[in-house]
Amino acid sequence: MSGVVIVGAGLGGLRSAEALRGAGYEGEITVVGDEPHLPYNRPPLSKEALLSGVDVEGLQFRRKATVEDVIWRLGAPAASSDLSARTVTLEDGSVLEFDGLVIASGIRPRRLPIPGPTTGRSVLRTATDAEHVRALLGPGVHVIIMGAGFIGCETAATARKLGAEVAVVAIDEQPMVRPLGAELGAGMRRRHERHGVHFHLGHTIDAFVGDDRVRSAALSDGSELPADIVIEAVGSVTNTEWLQGNGLDLSDGLLVDSAMQVDTEVAPVVAVGDIARHPNALFGDIPRRIEHWNMPTETGRRAGATLAALLAGAEPDRGPFTAMPSFWSDQYDHKLQSFGMPGIADRIELVEGEPDGPCIVEYHDASGLVGVVGVDRTQELAPYRKQLMTRSAS
Amino acid sequence: MTVKVFVDMDKCQHYGQCCFEADDIFHLDDDGKLQYVAEADDSRRDDIESAADVCPMQAITVE
Repeated sequence: MSGVVIVGAGLGGLRSAEALRGAGYEGEITVVGDEPHLPYNRPPLSKEALLSGVDVEGLQFRRKATVEDVIWRLGAPAASSDLSARTVTLEDGSVLEFDGLVIASGIRPRRLPIPGPTTGRSVLRTATDAEHVRALLGPGVHVIIMGAGFIGCETAATARKLGAEVAVVAIDEQPMVRPLGAELGAGMRRRHERHGVHFHLGHTIDAFVGDDRVRSAALSDGSELPADIVIEAVGSVTNTEWLQGNGLDLSDGLLVDSAMQVDTEVAPVVAVGDIARHPNALFGDIPRRIEHWNMPTETGRRAGATLAALLAGAEPDRGPFTAMPSFWSDQYDHKLQSFGMPGIADRIELVEGEPDGPCIVEYHDASGLVGVVGVDRTQELAPYRKQLMTRSAS
Repeated sequence: MTVKVFVDMDKCQHYGQCCFEADDIFHLDDDGKLQYVAEADDSRRDDIESAADVCPMQAITVE
């Protein structure tokens, strides 16, 4: 027996290990991670940790006693794999054999090829990134944030709290427009503007200007913005390079079934978290990758149970997967929370309040309610979530 | 046997995700503030552990 190898030491890897134990798997579990840290919580990296200091140990997830015997291979990125030989090779050359594999290698920030100096350009994904960015932020520092999604907007809010001069450059018409829609997106933009953030929407950065490092950015509208630091939050790419050569479709993460099993005959393989393109019976069973914080836990629970069954020679539960996607965000003193999939809606209706104040927005498509977003109305969202959960019955 | 529940209210941001895992233990009051039961029967342990798992702020401790 060579046990289970989990590639990815984030939340999905941890929850998968716990679920394997919870389902009775008693064999060896090895978790491989490219960062040197035990699994830790990333959302604070654009908020409290960026504001007050990055304490990685304080951000670590509580680990259940059942996974105390897990072997952690940290700071050891996976380089390649041979699923039919049931091996994963790490960058340091060591080869790990497995009976079952969990793919939890997640995503990394997308980097755009923009001409000009690279020094001064940063992303915000890891604790190390956050420490680096935090050291550069301060009163009067000129910050350009590329991208107006959640990470970009949260980072803009935190940078303002630290006294920085903040400009957001994004191709989108409004911040967070894809999940929130234009009306609420505009409301969020005005909140940011009241806190002194300058938006340059509908534009891109053509080039960075500076000799040894970025001093400014040339925008597609011909303007030039000063920059001491550029923080790039323009989406993600999946970490699948180590899986190449196994005949898998890696075009958009890994396709899995409702049990989180990867479609391969050669070995028991499951995928979890940001990388898993999974069906959800609540939303028409169309396979999608969902980069929300709660999905590694939901998919990890299912995947762990599936792999434990497969390794015990049993048939896993292939019943419908019906986890409720949810996201939340803190920007200034505003709390945004969502259930469902507002991003797939074709009709958006503000049902309570106004986009600039506390409000509730419903998101519909032909099948009915598909999502809800509340701003500073968290305690009133439970009935919407309940209604969304009933979609599985239809 | 009982389960002891502790929520670090300095960390808690009142998102209420825990409420969906164990609504007899956690709830948001009319002001949107989290309220919870500090001690529960051991039969509730699994749901309370799930509530701790899904807390975005990782503010819940279970003993």
